[in-house]
Order: sequence, then C-alpha cells, then structure tokens
Amino acid sequence: MTVPVGYYLILAAALFTIGLVGVLVRRNMIVMFMCIELMLNSVNLTLVAFSRIHGNLNGQIMSFFVMVVAAAEVTVGLALIINLFRLRSSVDADDVRSLRS
Amino acid sequence: MAEFVVFWIMAPLALGSALSMLFMRNAVHAALMLVLNFFAIAVLYAVLEAQFLATIQIVVYAGAIMVLFLFVLMLLGVHRDEAPGGKLRRQGPFAVFFGVVLFVVLAITVAQPFLSSEDACPDQVAAGTESTEPGSCVGLAGANREGNVRGIGLRLFTDYVWPFEVTSVLLVIAAVGAMVIGRKKENAEDLVDQLPSTDPSPEPEPDPEPEPESLAVAGEPDLEGTTES
Amino acid sequence: MEHVATPDAGSVIALAWLIPVIPAISAGLLLLFGKRLGTLAAPIAIAAITASFGLSVAVFTALNAADPEARTFVVNVATWLQVGSLSVDWKLLIDPLTAVMLLLVTGVGALIHLYSVGYMHGDERYSRFFAYLNLFAASMLVLVLGESLLTLFVGWELVGLCSYLLIGFWFERRDYAGAAKKAFVTNRVGDVGFMLAMFVTFAAVGSLSFSDVLPASGLATGTVTAIGLLLLVGAVGKSAQIPLYVWLPDAMAGPTPVSALIHAATMVTAGVYLIARMSPLYLQVPDVGMVVAWVGALTALVAALIACVQNDLKKILAYSTVSQLGYMFIAVGAGAYTAGVFHLLTHGAFKALLFLAAGSVMHAMHEETNVWKMGGLRKAMPITFVTSLIGWLAIAGLPPLSGYFSKEEILAAASERSGMLPVYFIGLAVAGLTAFYMTRWFVLIFLGKPRYDHSGPHALHPHESPWTMWVPLAVLSVAAAGAGLLNTSAEGGWLHGWLEHSVAGFHAAVHPIGHSTLIALALSVGALGILAAFVRYVRREPQAEGAVARFPGYQRLAFNKFYVDELYQLAIVKPGRMLADGLAVIDRRGIDGAVNGVARGTAGLATVGRRLQTGFVRSYAFAILVGAVLIAALFIVGAGVGNGWIG
Repeated sequence: MTVPVGYYLILAAALFTIGLVGVLVRRNMIVMFMCIELMLNSVNLTLVAFSRIHGNLNGQIMSFFVMVVAAAEVTVGLALIINLFRLRSSVDADDVRSLRS
Repeated sequence: MAEFVVFWIMAPLALGSALSMLFMRNAVHAALMLVLNFFAIAVLYAVLEAQFLATIQIVVYAGAIMVLFLFVLMLLGVHRDEAPGGKLRRQGPFAVFFGVVLFVVLAITVAQPFLSSEDACPDQVAAGTESTEPGSCVGLAGANREGNVRGIGLRLFTDYVWPFEVTSVLLVIAAVGAMVIGRKKENAEDLVDQLPSTDPSPEPEPDPEPEPESLAVAGEPDLEGTTES
Repeated sequence: MEHVATPDAGSVIALAWLIPVIPAISAGLLLLFGKRLGTLAAPIAIAAITASFGLSVAVFTALNAADPEARTFVVNVATWLQVGSLSVDWKLLIDPLTAVMLLLVTGVGALIHLYSVGYMHGDERYSRFFAYLNLFAASMLVLVLGESLLTLFVGWELVGLCSYLLIGFWFERRDYAGAAKKAFVTNRVGDVGFMLAMFVTFAAVGSLSFSDVLPASGLATGTVTAIGLLLLVGAVGKSAQIPLYVWLPDAMAGPTPVSALIHAATMVTAGVYLIARMSPLYLQVPDVGMVVAWVGALTALVAALIACVQNDLKKILAYSTVSQLGYMFIAVGAGAYTAGVFHLLTHGAFKALLFLAAGSVMHAMHEETNVWKMGGLRKAMPITFVTSLIGWLAIAGLPPLSGYFSKEEILAAASERSGMLPVYFIGLAVAGLTAFYMTRWFVLIFLGKPRYDHSGPHALHPHESPWTMWVPLAVLSVAAAGAGLLNTSAEGGWLHGWLEHSVAGFHAAVHPIGHSTLIALALSVGALGILAAFVRYVRREPQAEGAVARFPGYQRLAFNKFYVDELYQLAIVKPGRMLADGLAVIDRRGIDGAVNGVARGTAGLATVGRRLQTGFVRSYAFAILVGAVLIAALFIVGAGVGNGWIG
C-alpha cells in the first residue's frame, strides 16, 4: 500500500488552484492575502516532495527560504492593508481602483 | 503503510479546508480553515521526511502568520459577511475555468511522471539505503542520515549561508517597513494616496482606531516609540 | 564671336567686375544702415552709380583704343559651380555691345538717381528707395556683363525682383502692391521660356557660355529654332510684348523715377539685348526672325491704338514704351540687330526724358495724372516745357533728332527683308500713330489754357522743379537730340562699325521701295500725325474726353485696352484660383484628414485598450492567470511535439 509521490504533487497542484481561484473570486483583501499564502504553501509542498524525489535537501532549504520571505511579505502586506483601510474604511479590493483608465 | 493511511487522511483534510476557506463568507472562519490546512500540510511534511520543516510550518505559519492575520481581521473589524459578487461578478466562472485548466496542465506536466506505483518513495524505516527503485523517487534516507535538522543545518550554514544572511536582513527590512507604513500619519505628505473622492472619511486623521498602530506590529518584537511622528 | 582675349592684369577692363559690384555694395550698405544715414543715402547711391559710369567710360575708351578686330574680352572673376560637365563661372564679357549698354545703364541711371533726390524728397523710406535703385543698377549690369546665359539669367531674375520691389514701393496702396505682383508673375511666365531655352542649349552644346554657344556651328536647325523661340518667350515677358505686356501699364504705380529707369530705358530693353546678343543663332533661322518681327509689329500697333485714348499721362507713355519696344523687336526680327540696338539707345534717352518730365509735371501738380486737368503749363514750368518739347519731337521722328534716325533705319530694314513688307506698313502706320498720341500728350499738358483750378480755394500754383530734377532733364534732352549722330546712315554710321564684331550684320535682301521714298513716307506720316493731333486738340477748345459712354464703339474698346486684362483674368487667373482652391481642399481633407485619421484611429484604439485598465486588482490577477495558462499550454505543446505525447 504505497503512495506514489506524484499524489503529493497532485495535491499541491489542487491547493495551488484553489488558492488562485480564491484570489480571483474573493473581495476581502485579507482573505485574498490568505489565499496567496495557500498558494505559497502548495509550492512548498511541491518543493519538499521533489526534495524527496531527488534525494537531497535542496528542496527543503528552498522551502525554508520561501517561508521566511512569506513571513516578511505578510508583515509588510498587512501594514499596507491597514494603511489602505485607514484611507477608505474598507478592505474591499474593488474599492481600490485609482489605476482606472 | 503508515504513509498510506496518513496521506489519505490528511490530503482530504487539506483539500477540504482549502475549499471551505474559499467558500466561507466570514473572514475569521476562513482564517481558521486556513490554520487547519496548515496543520494538515505540516503533517504531510513530516510524512515526506521533512521533519524540521513541519515544525517550522506550525511555528511560523500557523503560529505567527495566521495569528497576525487574525489580529488584523479582528482589529479592523472587517470580518463581517462579505457581500457576494461585486463589480466583477462575471469573472468568477471564468476564473474557475482557467483555474481548472491550469490544474490540468500542472498535473500533466509536473505530476504525471511520478504517478505510477513504482514511484512510491522507500519507507523511512529502511534506513541507510538509497535504493534506486525502478521508480523515480530516491527518498531522503541518505540525506537524513544524521537527522533532518542536522542535515538542513549543515546545508544551511555552508552552501546557503549567503542567502541565509540576506534573508535575515530582509526580515529586518520588513519589520522596519511595516513600522514605517503602519505608523500614525500626521503630515499630509505621509499619505500614500490622496484621492478625496473615494475616501468616505473627510480626512485620514484622526485615526478611527488609534490602537492598531501599536498592535499592528505585534507579530514582531515591539520596537516601540515611533507611533507619534 | 571673333578672337576672345583675356585682358591684361593692369588694364581697366580687368577691373570691369567693379562696375556691378560697387552699386551692389552700396545697396547693401543702404539697406542695412539706411535709417541711420537718412538723407545721406542719396549722395552715397549717386556716388556709387557715378563711379560705375566712370568705369564704364574707361572701359569704352579702352575698347576704342584697341584694334577693332580684338575688342572682345572675357574676365574671369570667380568659379560659381562645377557640376558634372556643367561648369559655370562668374565671367564677364566685355565687347562693344556690352560697352554701349554699360554706358546707357550707368549714364541714365546716374541721372535718374540725381532726379530721385528731388522727387522722393520727404518720403519716409527715402534711403530704401536709393538702395533699391542701386540694387537694380547692379542687377542690370550683371545682366549686361554676363558671359554665359546663366549669368545673364541671374541678372535677369534680379532685375525682375528689383522691379517688383520698386513698383510696389508704396505698398500701402493695395493696387500698387497688386501691380508689382502682376509684373513679377507675368515676367515669371516669360522666364519659363528662358529656362527651357537654357536647357535645350545645354543639351545641344554642353555649355551655357557665350564663347561656346554663339559660334553656333553644327547645331541642328530644329534645335536653333527651339532655342530662338524659347528665348523669344522670355524676351516677350521682360520686354512687354504681346501677350505678356499687361504688366507694364500697371507698373506705372511705381514712383516716376522707377518708370523712367526700369520701364523705359533699361530693364525692358533686356529682351532686345538678349536677342541681339544671340544674333548669330537667330541669323540661322530667319523664320524665327519673322515671328519676332510680327510679334513686335502687332504689339506696336495695339499699344499705339490704346495710347491714343488714354487720359493718364504716365499710362500714355507706358503704352508708348510698349509700342517702341515693338519697333525694336521688328528690327531684331528683320535681322537688323544694330538698328534695334540703336533704337534701344535713342529710346532710352528720349523716353527717360519724357518720363522724368511727366514726373516733374506731377510733382508740380500735386500728383495729378489726368491730362485733362492740366494745360498751359508752358508758362509755369519753362524748363520742363522745353525739354519735353525736344523729347516729343524726338519720339515723333522729326529730323535731325535721334528718333528720326533710329526709326527710319528700322523701317528701312523691315522693307528690305523678303516677305516683311506688311510689317513695314504696320510700322509706318505706328509711326503716324506715335506722332499723333505724343502730340496729343504734349498739347494737352503744356499748351492751351490751364484747365485746372488756378484761382479758387484749392488752387494749384505749379512751379518749376528743383535743380536736382531739371538738370537730368536738360542732360537727357541733349542726348535725345544728339543721339542720332551715333548712326547717321545705315551702313556707314559709327554704331554699325562699332558693333560690327559683336552682333551679326544686316544684309538687305530686296529693295521694293527706294531709299528716298522711304524717307518721304516716314516724314509724311509723322507730319500727318502731328497735324491731326493739333487740329483736334489745339484749334478748338478741346472737350474733355470724359465719360466713356460718349465714346463710339471702337474708342471705348481702345480705352479699355481691348479688354485684354479682363480676358486674362477670366481665362487664366480664375482657373488658376480654382485649381489652387481645389488643391487646398485636397490638402485639408485628404492629407490632413489622413494624418488626423491616423491620430483618431490611434485614439480609438487607445480608448478600446483603455478598458483593460479597469483599476480592479482582481481583474489584473485574472489577466496574469490567463497569461500563465497560455504559457504553460505553450510549454506542453512544445514538449509534446518534441517528445511525442507525454504518456
């Protein structure tokens, strides 16, 4: 009863897709951000699976760095969202359209 | 065997929590679903012989990042139900369609070579063997000889020390940046965006919730003092 | 052309290039500093032209001293351009024909410069007038001195330009500016012919220099005919013959010194000079000569008829000029080039005299030009009266004044050319008409009782002009009287001998009319004309030929210049304007429309493309997704094609 390693990859792909659709469908900026985190996690999962495939730890190191950067990114991103909220009293992504035309 | 069981419990859990995160109207509920997802992934990391990463996942992702998210959600008070649709209602189905297309593409290109039963990785129990199976998974038995933490540490501080140092600088920058962006704005030129038309409140000051500055950076050690500028 | 030589370095002929250059420099100075110089401009200008006159006299003397066979010199001043096989240099041709032209231009020019001091006194653009006069003198001198058709053409165009500037000198008057424009444009039409002649010449000979062109050997008759006719077109424009004469009467809008200098003595004679210079070519094609003579004859007749019924004293003289130029064309057309040049010289003297006298009269009568408002001026302006008398008798052909000799020679040449007898008779009739209308001119202005208001509140008290104006009159009257001596007889006269080696000689072919009969006929028609004018205008109190309505049919036709101007307006100006309007519409709609259309199209595209910038972050994310999917699909297709389908 074995689990071919490809199943992990399929799972990661599915998670990635779900996160992607979430970014496009949800309007709450914070929830969009969370979906982006989900996408990052799916990539991490893929990296770890490939690390196991290739038999060295490079994938895991890469995944480690992705996590660090994700943490930094979340910090700054949430600060920005707070700033935006201060201006518009809303975190609806559709309210931020000053780039229109 | 154990891997089989664990996988088939955790995988649906991860998928299910992700999907419900997608569909939950309440933002806090969605965040909690995401936490659950992260836990499932952490278990999967453990199964994939990435024990260190599993721990880090729980500590950093579920423990810090999601807490940060929840704090912001609660403090901004935007967890209320989100009205469905909005101005880009029509984008939804197309997004799903393209997403599915992307999934299929990824599955075909990335996952396809590794789906046959020979591609199962050798069990952790059979230690010390880097067997070349007819399949393509090598397994981390060799790399994890002295334990996963030790292995990662060796690689991290020899081959990858330079990126390691850079990411530490990155973290500092992120912290400083967050403080700068999040501080209370008293001068007009501090404002990032000046459009009065879409701004429901006549002026950005006084800040409706004076608390968030000090707590917005709660995720990082509180380098206090710069809330008043 | 015989025996061309380069002058010695020390001789005055080598300095001949100064003759046009001194007035040119003076013109430049006056144009730049005229305002500051004020009335000092006149002495500077007069000094410049007098210097040129002095040099011209020196050149004449030097030529005279040389051997008659060796009087042709070429002075190389500078290289202008060298393009392929065409090499054009600034070269001067000094030969006897050039010498007489130089004397005419600088001599009459100097006198008119002096005259302008009095005439243009008080004008606000005083110094500019003198600058233009000097510029004109320089241009005409370049024309006369040029050694190649191209150099001549440069002078040709420049005098056209100066004519425009000077006719439209008082450009505040719209009609004066229009007259200047008309002169320039009509001249331009003729210039096209000149240019085409240059092209043909260059194609046939390979050079435009007179030393190469004038020997005219080995050219096909067709080529020479073409060159001759095309040069005639140019000459017709510049010398105001049919059909391009319409600008000269209107050119009277310019100040009278301008009329005297340019439109009597010098510029309009450039066409005659051109044909005389090219006489070796014209000699080869007598048929073209016939065309030239007929053009001249018809022009002389039509202009004389019009002159008989004009009321403006300057317009009468203008039509008279056109008519006399016709005479010169008859001469060169008949092959009597020397006679044409002779008449050119005498006409230059007496016509300039008459114009200056007219200016003197106008000056005294406060710019009145209608002869019916004058009369009896012989008492008020004695000097003008006497000099005008001499000019009148000269142009009427009274011996022994100059006009008699030159006209007589032309008529004789016309009668002695086979097939040109009709031309002779036309010339004879014109002689009678000339006498008639010039007598009319003289009588109405100077004789009889004053018809102007001389005692009322707006009384005019004409008086003699200042010395700067009557001294030139006096000098010119001497010239008008005595110039006949230049060539008292057709074969033995001095001018004939002088010009023998620079223009082709005249050889009489037939003698249908005896020599003394010719003289008798010419004298009698002249006397007839004078008598008829006296009868009509002196013996009884002349009625003002006032309202046109009282004219019987023919006279009205003549008074209105045979409606030629109106014809041109209808046939040429109107279609030209319609064409221009049509092209303007094409430019506005078509070309501008295309350019604007491109701009509009771009804007339209941009408007459509702008919709992509919705401002929604989510739609941008969607776009990224679509792009990523496309790229991934490309990868699959590429990999699949490369490996066979990934199983």
